[in-house]
Amino acid sequence: MGKIKLKPKARKGVIGIKALIKHPMETGLRKKKGKVVPANHIVHMVVSHNGNVVVDADIGSSISKNPYFKFNVAGAKGDTIELKYKDNKGKTGSATAKSK
Amino acid sequence: MKRRLFLKSAMAGSAVATAVGAGLLTPTMVFANSADFKAKSDAAGASSAGAGKGSFKFKAPKIAENGAVVPMTVDASKMEGVTNISFFVTNNSTPLAASFNLSGASVGYVSTRIKMGKTSPVDALVTAGGATTKVSQEVKVTIGGCGG
Repeated sequence: MGKIKLKPKARKGVIGIKALIKHPMETGLRKKKGKVVPANHIVHMVVSHNGNVVVDADIGSSISKNPYFKFNVAGAKGDTIELKYKDNKGKTGSATAKSK
Repeated sequence: MKRRLFLKSAMAGSAVATAVGAGLLTPTMVFANSADFKAKSDAAGASSAGAGKGSFKFKAPKIAENGAVVPMTVDASKMEGVTNISFFVTNNSTPLAASFNLSGASVGYVSTRIKMGKTSPVDALVTAGGATTKVSQEVKVTIGGCGG
């Protein structure tokens, strides 16, 4: 768990940030063999660009499994993009990438 | 004895555990989403009801074969000062799917994939300059491909 693919790509002054986080995103409502699967989903995610926060997201359990996000941020090639997330069990994950 | 139990739950350190002990929350609610998020969801619902029609693009499928993965995109890059983009699925148990607070150099554009339990109208809410506007679209979920 905690694997993140982060691919920022600069084009015409805008960086398109694609992020794919490997996470089960259990809602806590689904049942497996009669037992409720405990909730395990991302609750908070922050994306920063050269150290400045650009996206601060509150995420619910109804985001799909292995969530995918795309954001656009003004910037240029070589800028640093960082993504951090926290799930409801307190686990965190982060990834950093330089824009291409 | 009751007092001891209460103290024990309080000492567990989690506000959620305390809330369960006090009978404020049913366990299923705790597992589904935090109370904090629920409040946000309710707030988004309230602002959705009063929101005018937005002038941004909202892309979602009319028919989603698989409710577990429904892609949606909000493109409000032509709007100035976008501070928040939210996805609101009316018929989900917690209607708010996600809320993205945008700041700094970000452009009003978010694309993600959400889960949907059943056919429902989906609202995309965009807050720009303090005013919230929305665009909604009905997404039909066909499970098993046999029609809804």
